[in-house]
Amino acid sequence: MEMENVKELLVILIGSSLVSNVVLSQFLGLCPFLGVSRKTNTAAGMGVAVIFVITLASAVAGVIYRFVLVRFHVEYLETIVFILVIAALVQFVEMFLRKAMPALYEALGVYLPLITTNCAVLGVAITNVQKEYGILTGIVNGFATAVGFCIAIVILAGIREKLEYNDIPESFRGMPTVLLTAGLMAIAFCGFSGLL
Amino acid sequence: MNRAGERLYNGLVKENPTFVLMLGMCPTLAVTTSAMNGLGMGLTTMVVLALSNLIISLLRNIIPNRVRIPAFIVIIASFVTAVQLLLEAYIPALNKSLGVYIPLIVVNCIILGRAESYAYSNPVIPSLFDGIGMGLGFTFALTCIGAVRELLGAGELFGFALLPDSFVPIRIFGQAPGAFFVLAALVALQNYIKNVRKKAGKPYEKIGSGCSEDCMNCSEKGCTRRFYGENGTQAESMEQGTAVKKAGPETKDSEREDR
Repeated sequence: MEMENVKELLVILIGSSLVSNVVLSQFLGLCPFLGVSRKTNTAAGMGVAVIFVITLASAVAGVIYRFVLVRFHVEYLETIVFILVIAALVQFVEMFLRKAMPALYEALGVYLPLITTNCAVLGVAITNVQKEYGILTGIVNGFATAVGFCIAIVILAGIREKLEYNDIPESFRGMPTVLLTAGLMAIAFCGFSGLL
Repeated sequence: MNRAGERLYNGLVKENPTFVLMLGMCPTLAVTTSAMNGLGMGLTTMVVLALSNLIISLLRNIIPNRVRIPAFIVIIASFVTAVQLLLEAYIPALNKSLGVYIPLIVVNCIILGRAESYAYSNPVIPSLFDGIGMGLGFTFALTCIGAVRELLGAGELFGFALLPDSFVPIRIFGQAPGAFFVLAALVALQNYIKNVRKKAGKPYEKIGSGCSEDCMNCSEKGCTRRFYGENGTQAESMEQGTAVKKAGPETKDSEREDR
C-alpha cells in the first residue's frame, strides 16, 4: 500500500475515535452509552460488542452499497437497505455466536440485542457513503468510531462508579448527573481537536 | 373529530415525546444547536411520523403480527427516503445542516413507538392525528431547546440578535457539551416535578427520566424489543444485576447519619 493511503487511514483512525467522538460530539449511540455504563466491566463488554458489530456492519454495508446499490443505480435505497441489513446481521451474528463460539456468546450475547437499535451502527454506514469512503476506508472508519465509543463508555463508567457514593441533590440524582459528566467529558474531548 | 383533537392535545401536552416521555434523545441533542435547526428537524420528523402512522393504520389488518416490526421499518424507511430526497431538492440548506440525522429518523424511538403502541391497533383518522400531535409536540420541544441553546450560545433567536452587545455569548452552549448540560437541566427539572407529584400523591408514572435511565425502561417502551420480541428479557436480566446497586446510595445515607 502507498504511503498516502496509510496516512489517510491513520488520520481517519484518530479523527473518528478521538476528535469527532461518536457519542460525545455526534450524539450517536447515546442510549447504550447512558444506559449500560453503571459498571466498568459491563461497559467494557458493551464497548467490545459495539466494536465487533460496527466493524462488521460497515464492511457488509460497504460491500452491498458498492456491488448492489451502485451497480443497479439504486443508491437512494441506502437507508432502507442498510437498516434491514444491520438488523438481519445482528440477528445472524447472535445465532452464529451461540452455535459456534459459546464462550464469546457468553461474554457479548446480552449486549447484541441492544446494539441493533444503536443509531451509531446505521450512522457509520451512512457516513461512509456520504463521505465517499471506499470499502477498506469505510471499515477503518467504522472500527475507529466504535473504538471511540468504547473509550467514552469505559471512562464514563469509571467516573460513575466513583460518583456512586457522593451526596447529590435529590433532583440531580441519576440521569442528570450522568449527563453533566458526559458534558464535561465532551469538553475534555474538545481538546483532541488540536491533534489533526 | 373530538378524538382527533384529543390526540393532538395528547401529543403536544399530556404525553409530549421529549418533555414527558423522553424519547428520541439522539436527534434532540444533536440538531438543537439553533431554534431553526430544531424546527426543521421537528417538522421533518412530524411528516414521517404522520404518514407512517397513516399507512401502518391502513395496513394493520394485513400486516401479520409476527413480521410487523420489519414491516414498520420498511414503511418508515421509505418515507424517510422520500422526505430526504424532497429536502435535498427543495430545502438543500436545511438538508445540509441536519446531515446524517435525516436518514437516522428511521431509528427514532418515537416513530416505531407510536406505530407499535398506537397506529397498529387504532383506526386511520385518530392514528393520523396521533402522528401529527406527537410530531407537533416533538417540534415544539426541539424548537424550545434550540432556542435556549441559540440564545445562550450566540445571543440570537432564529438568527436575529436579541440580547444587548454587553452579553458575552456562552459559546459552549452552541457546541456538543452544551447539549448535555441543557438536557441535564431538563431531566433534573422533570425529576423535581416527579418528586413533587409523588409527595402530593398525584400520578407521575408517565414522566420518564431520560429514555436512558436504564435499558429496561427503554425496552418497555419498545426500544429494544423492536426486533427481538420477548428476547428483551435478556437485557432485563442483565440490568437486574445493577438493581442491587440502586439501593446503594440509600444505605450510604443512613451510614452518614450514624456518623
